[in-house]
Amino acid sequence: MKTLNVSLSPHIRSGGSTTKIMLDVIIALLPALGVGFYVFGWRALLVTAISVASCVLTEFLYEKLMKLPVTIGDLSAVVTGLILAVNLYSTAPWWIPLIGGVFAILIVKMLFGGIGQNFMNPALAARCFLLLSFSRIMTDYPILDGMTSATPLSIVRDGGTVEYLDLLFGTHSGTIGETSALAILIGALYLFIRRVISPRAPLTVIGSTVAFVALFTLIKGEPVTLNFLAVHAFGGGLLVGAVFMASDYATTPVTFWGQIIFGVVVGLLTAVMRCFSSSFEGMSFAILIANLLTPMIEKWTYPRPFGVRKERKKAS
Amino acid sequence: MFGHSFLGGVHPKDGKKLSASAAIESYVPKGELVYLMNQHIGAPASPVVKAGDRVLVGQTIAEPGGFVSAPVVSSVSGTVKAVGPHICQNGDTALSVTVVNDGLYETTESFGVVRDFSAMTQDEIKKAILDAGIVGMGGAGFPTHVKLAVKPGMKIDYILCNGAECEPYITCDYRLMLERPEKAVLGMLILLSLFPDASGVFGIEDNKKDGIASVRKAVEQADNPDHRNVSVVSLKKKYPQGGERMLISAITGRKINSKQLPADAGCIVVNFSTLIAVAEAVAEQKPLIHRVVTITGDAVARPSNFDAPIGTNISELIEAAGGFKTDPEKIISGGPMMGAAIYTLDIPVNKTTSCILSFTKDELGNYEPQECIRCGKCLTTCPERLMPIKLKNAADVGDYEEFEKLHGLECIGCGCCTFICPAKRKLSQSITAAKNHVLAEKKARAKKA
Repeated sequence: MKTLNVSLSPHIRSGGSTTKIMLDVIIALLPALGVGFYVFGWRALLVTAISVASCVLTEFLYEKLMKLPVTIGDLSAVVTGLILAVNLYSTAPWWIPLIGGVFAILIVKMLFGGIGQNFMNPALAARCFLLLSFSRIMTDYPILDGMTSATPLSIVRDGGTVEYLDLLFGTHSGTIGETSALAILIGALYLFIRRVISPRAPLTVIGSTVAFVALFTLIKGEPVTLNFLAVHAFGGGLLVGAVFMASDYATTPVTFWGQIIFGVVVGLLTAVMRCFSSSFEGMSFAILIANLLTPMIEKWTYPRPFGVRKERKKAS
Repeated sequence: MFGHSFLGGVHPKDGKKLSASAAIESYVPKGELVYLMNQHIGAPASPVVKAGDRVLVGQTIAEPGGFVSAPVVSSVSGTVKAVGPHICQNGDTALSVTVVNDGLYETTESFGVVRDFSAMTQDEIKKAILDAGIVGMGGAGFPTHVKLAVKPGMKIDYILCNGAECEPYITCDYRLMLERPEKAVLGMLILLSLFPDASGVFGIEDNKKDGIASVRKAVEQADNPDHRNVSVVSLKKKYPQGGERMLISAITGRKINSKQLPADAGCIVVNFSTLIAVAEAVAEQKPLIHRVVTITGDAVARPSNFDAPIGTNISELIEAAGGFKTDPEKIISGGPMMGAAIYTLDIPVNKTTSCILSFTKDELGNYEPQECIRCGKCLTTCPERLMPIKLKNAADVGDYEEFEKLHGLECIGCGCCTFICPAKRKLSQSITAAKNHVLAEKKARAKKA
């Protein structure tokens, strides 16, 4: 008989793995990206390809250089690349996704210890870095033939209305992955069903953003219409951010109530920026700021163990 | 509606199909029998025989070594060969009594003499349970007579029979539900006669539909002159449904923590096999000298359920199950989620040996742990609502103060966190090691003081 292995229990494992989770996220991103490729054409595909290649290559080279085990097989760099691409306009020149990918992986992810250790969402941090560094290029949204040229958020800000069907199918301007509400919802549903993420954070983000936007608009004394709220929920980066970025494992709380508080914080910040600043990109900054609060939120929301009653404060 | 259950938990592939249809076979031991003195939680038993003594079936060979302890009874007749150390399932050695079987199965006078429990006083019943050496047969081995010695003033509302058998692969309780349900119901009625106001509830997982039906039928047909309240509850199939705290909460809605006993929630929890042992001890005067052991796993030629005398060498049982068809890489005493990996087959069947599981692949050792991705699955599966992710970090750096602050001692060691972790991290292993360390330190400090 062979020598027997001995270890502490348990002795069996579930079939899950990091790679499988990342693969699920990639699958969930495909509908949104597919619509982006269809609406914005080959340039969108090119931006996405460069972004993914840049992320994966950066991780590979860094690990080779540092003599670390190569972890690109876990596909998390691919996910970062795709999420970065989702947030870029198809008009971006080729070096934008390249720099973005390097920044996301090298500065935000690897220097802080690699997968699971980064304190900010790498793709979003890269996007904001690009926005601040190359503001004109980064806000140069694509102009589509025969379609409304401005982004839905700017249309409603100027008092216009947007067709609901355009919001649903993504036939309006925007970043590569944010335009089609339907495609994003399909991806979200896939992630919920596969139990990759819980709907807690995404739902609270969307709910609280819409609520706070309505509140702030009323405070400003402007009219709140259904179309206006629908555009805020489905017309900008809110939906894609709520589903794919506010649910990021490494940078959001792991606790039940933590995820809900995180969602409300993101919603509040997004609404503040959408209503009181000149930028339409409130979502990205809102999530990054909330990322920084994550450790604190987590600490406040440790679950109470089974059968352990609340400790009464001792009278001193 | 939702069925009785708890929050969290996991759904491992249950593997029970391998041995579920194998009827219980009585096994007659061929070799020597070894009786370990530490078959239960608490003080080890102390032998009252010496080498050369002749012992009979049903004869006490070791007395309890304290209140939380249990006697050990010989399962064969023969001659004591030695009193000395022997390897036990946790890899350590323990004091044991080795008996050479003469094959005559000569019994003590009272052994097997049927009596009517309703004519016995409560003290007589409790003494019979103590003398029979009955301990929790699900795995923990808590002496049953200690469970029944409820502090005055405490009211017992429920006697819960743990028939969840939530560990994958194990089928011994399932087979007993099909083949000897009436004995378990009798055992329940005996315990209820000690607590006349309590209700008896059999909790059985809903993957054992025929087991539930069989026990229900036995409850209906049982001779129940005092009209005790006995029922059967179907539990949702989920691991660790049979964890004591989960079971109590699933059936009664009451929750206890690590510092409490089931009696604090008005409950006494006994395993299905244990109830049968109670029935045999009280009504037939047969002490706990045999138990059903499942021999299974993908390395075993003919997965079986054996009714084996306590003390039988487990290599004999594996031989009886057709031996190994493939070389095993890991052999586990107990279930795959909480059982102990053993490095030798030269260990005897204990009162708590429910299963010997032989795997051709070691699923734990074959994966290299990766970095935590903070997916939070360990939190949502933890039935104790702990934060395994944080506990492991505290455990790995040796920050035992933080470990306790994070309620690490509440961990029941069910292993759900390690099972579910996609990064293949050994969460439960680290937490269990830290927990044992903290408990050992506490014990040492208490001794000093």
